[in-house]
Amino acid sequence: MTVTDILLLALGAVAAGSALRVVTTTHIVRAGLWLVVALGAMAACYLVLTAELVAWVQVLIYVGAVVVLLLFATMLTRAPIGPSPELDRARFPAALIGLGSGGGLAALFIFGYRWGKAELAAPGTAGVLGKEIFSGWVLPFEVLSILLLAALVGAIVVSRGERS
Amino acid sequence: MDPSYYIVLSAALFTIGAVGVLIRRNAIVVFMCIELMLNAANLALITFSRMNGSLDGQIMAFFVMVVAAAEVVIGLAIIMSIFRTRRSASVDDANLLKY
Repeated sequence: MTVTDILLLALGAVAAGSALRVVTTTHIVRAGLWLVVALGAMAACYLVLTAELVAWVQVLIYVGAVVVLLLFATMLTRAPIGPSPELDRARFPAALIGLGSGGGLAALFIFGYRWGKAELAAPGTAGVLGKEIFSGWVLPFEVLSILLLAALVGAIVVSRGERS
Repeated sequence: MDPSYYIVLSAALFTIGAVGVLIRRNAIVVFMCIELMLNAANLALITFSRMNGSLDGQIMAFFVMVVAAAEVVIGLAIIMSIFRTRRSASVDDANLLKY
């Protein structure tokens, strides 16, 4: 057992446990707060995998922006503060579909990649990733900026509501 | 170190997110579960990038995050406009396209 293995097991347990709480809790606000824990644990996983920039972007975008947006949306839709027992649908078909997809995915992955070892790669720092993006990934990068602009305009148009 | 553990973790997180999307009623919690699924995909991408010794997977994960941010903005705008017309954030109440 190396240090990375122990870290991986601990972080994986935290991520999976808090993800389970997101799905099972009856408090909407608590689901959002458990989501923060899950996303933070996954950012730490990225750090262990030497994806440095992606980990910090995860903290900035997901924990910083997306969760705040989600919590604002819970406030704006007047979500109940206390537990709301009617939050769930019938569980049986969902559990069946989930188990099927999860088991299938895990079997496929394990079959495809076996249990191999990987070398410790060079860390994905901002400099290395930036060089890569602006040499081989320029076109997708520019297309993404158009996508963001379109999303911005679309959100304004959708949320403006009735035209007076 | 063994990357297969990460792949299994990502499959487990994806499953949890998929079950959440199917069983939750509140549209915002459904959104949180979609974020979980996107993150599971990112974890798999980064693990593959590590296994192949190339940075392409990390860049793709980066792009997925940007698309996810755009998706959250649009989705919440749609949820808000549905809430404004129906006074409810439950996905079961928005059923006009059914049948």
